[in-house]
Amino acid sequence: MTTLTAPPRTAPPPPGRPRVSAGFSKWRRRVPLLPALIFTIVVTQLPFVATLVISTFQWNILKPGDRHFTGLSNFKFVFTDDRLRTAVLNTIVLTASVVIISVLLGLGLALLLDRRFLGRGLARTLLIAPFLVMPVAAALLWKHAIYNPDYGLLNGTLNAVYRLFGADNGPTVDWVSTFPMPAVVISLVWQWTPFMMLILLAGLQAQPGDVLEAARVDGASALQTFRYITLPHLRQYIELGVLLGTIYVVQTFDSVYTITQGGPGSETTNLPYEIYLTMFRKYEYGEAAAAGVVVVLGAIVIATFALRTIASLFREEASR
Amino acid sequence: MRARRVTHALITAAAAGSLLVACAGAGGSSSSGGGKSINVLMVGNPQMEDIAKLTKSTFTKDTGIKVNFTVLPENELRDKVTQDIATKAGQYDVATIGAYEVPIWYKNGWLHELGSYADKDASFDKADLLKPMVQSLSGSDGKLYALPFYGESSMLMYNKDVMTAKGITVPEHPTWQQVADIAAKADGAEPGMKGICLRGLPGWGELGAPLTTVVNTFGGTWFTKDWKAQVNSAAFKKATNFYVNLVKQHGEAGASQSGFTECLNALSQKKVAMWYDATSAAGSLEDPASSKIAGHVGYAYAPTVETKSSGWLWSWAWAMPKTTKNADAASKFMLWASSKKYEKLVGEKLGWARVPAGKRASTYTIPEYQKAAASFGDITLKSIEGADPTNPGVQPRPTVGVQFVAISEFQDLGTKVTQEISAAIAGKTSVDKALDDGQKLAEDVAKNYQ
Repeated sequence: MTTLTAPPRTAPPPPGRPRVSAGFSKWRRRVPLLPALIFTIVVTQLPFVATLVISTFQWNILKPGDRHFTGLSNFKFVFTDDRLRTAVLNTIVLTASVVIISVLLGLGLALLLDRRFLGRGLARTLLIAPFLVMPVAAALLWKHAIYNPDYGLLNGTLNAVYRLFGADNGPTVDWVSTFPMPAVVISLVWQWTPFMMLILLAGLQAQPGDVLEAARVDGASALQTFRYITLPHLRQYIELGVLLGTIYVVQTFDSVYTITQGGPGSETTNLPYEIYLTMFRKYEYGEAAAAGVVVVLGAIVIATFALRTIASLFREEASR
Repeated sequence: MRARRVTHALITAAAAGSLLVACAGAGGSSSSGGGKSINVLMVGNPQMEDIAKLTKSTFTKDTGIKVNFTVLPENELRDKVTQDIATKAGQYDVATIGAYEVPIWYKNGWLHELGSYADKDASFDKADLLKPMVQSLSGSDGKLYALPFYGESSMLMYNKDVMTAKGITVPEHPTWQQVADIAAKADGAEPGMKGICLRGLPGWGELGAPLTTVVNTFGGTWFTKDWKAQVNSAAFKKATNFYVNLVKQHGEAGASQSGFTECLNALSQKKVAMWYDATSAAGSLEDPASSKIAGHVGYAYAPTVETKSSGWLWSWAWAMPKTTKNADAASKFMLWASSKKYEKLVGEKLGWARVPAGKRASTYTIPEYQKAAASFGDITLKSIEGADPTNPGVQPRPTVGVQFVAISEFQDLGTKVTQEISAAIAGKTSVDKALDDGQKLAEDVAKNYQ
């Protein structure tokens, strides 16, 4: 190991105004922004504080006159309730599978779209389309046009194939009831793959051409170029996609509500849907608020860890 | 550093989300004063769309009272009206609610008494209202707290052509065993046709409604009179097993996702041979524009086992929150909307099959209506009259209601238990397991009343 002692880089202090004046000018610049800052704090943090307060109350709006402080009993309920535990697990499974699959698919599509070919613009537009469909509309489309056992596309195709081979009718598969979680995941992957593809495509197109050319000249194979140059370059873009995707997919409500109603049983009940049920079927505001608080804390913890893991993973990759 | 920034972003996003939740409860501003304009919130059923169309040219013209309608689907309506009334936001002068809400909301002191308004109006003829309707819309003090707009019970509907082709006679008063046998025979009568459609979609008002009528007639109940939970009792289990097995063996494709709408489609598009559901479905089944079997539908009473009748009882009814500042104008509107005069107006302007029926005895004596509803009118009326909301099963009940328990916890309890039963229909769990879990939930609820 050689130690290189870099020459000390002590740049001379910038000439000009004395310090007091620097602080003053800093504040002079900040003061006009203060109202915006205060406004932001009021509209974002106060409701959260309100939620915290509500979460300590026994409050069912169908029972007027019975609202009282119960301490942490709502939180006790949240942590001991079987349904909520299932909902946490389902949320994790749903989010992780949707994000991972759509990043992988998105990466594949982005790599394909990164090449020049006839009709690339058209292909790109068509591929983006699913992301532009409203979530409820997309969920309805999947539920009725594709999964429906009577007139859905999947069973229709199955029947057609069976008929090709001489059978009367194919099997009637009840897709949503038989494969509830995959049914929701697939519809969400369909929606989120274009988003990942867009972000990764932007990353690919921002790749400096000279580096790629240099790699080619040095005799790197396509796979090597991808592994050692493109992938590290895409790191930030993948991180961004995973992060944004996770934040949004964790909140998935429309697909669960529309396609499976959280069922069969509670196999696809995720946290947003469970909280919705607590709020609008049970009308237990305290419990719903407590569950909401736990979700926020959980999301922060998980996101922090996930980000650190991803970041360090790629840092190792890049330093090789 | 980036992680921290992300954390901040997450907190901000979450807090913004909770802001939306917080706002949802706050409601809007109160209605305009003066008594010449009222706000009406109602469920988006065809009968309500008709009244929204007819009000301006008749009611407003006669009385000068302007009516602002807000129309929402059933679930959203419940969310909105419950929050509006519970938080005393006072945005609406009139709201449509059902037989489930009236006893609960009356107890909470949220509703205006309406019987006295009806008594003062001689042309309204309160005595003409069907007795089960009045019972289910009254508080425990015997006073009327909502005026029925239309009412329904449940019955068995079937494809007459299929039955004829198969040589099956459907009895007018079938038992559930007979229905199961017919379903087995009719299964596969045409390529891809199933024997029967029964709701399997979770929800206290979806799967919960027909299932509870089956439980009632098998001798089961959700709770005994002194609030002992009975969800995993022998009778409840027997009924649920019967229902689930019937759907699994001879029921519609995708049963665990089928509610009222899906079954309506299934019967009218010849995907099933029979359907047990609301009497109000008949109007749609007889509409040639949407139904392939219009004019070929047979009707029978709700199947029974141990009870004499087994039809449910439901009504969409007009109620007036106590927060209203326009009680006079609102009562005028409600009395008009539930009157004989209004039924006649609909019959003449839009067609007699569209009359909001099922609430008045006199409707069934109108010759034009008799003609339009020849095949199902009689059964509808007798099913409603036969339903006893105070005593729908074989044992005394703690609350009024046929296909629900009139306590605020039932929306949640019914939804969760039917979720599990729906899973049993999908083959993901067993009926016994579903009901044992349901029993625990029901016991928790019962504790509040013992």
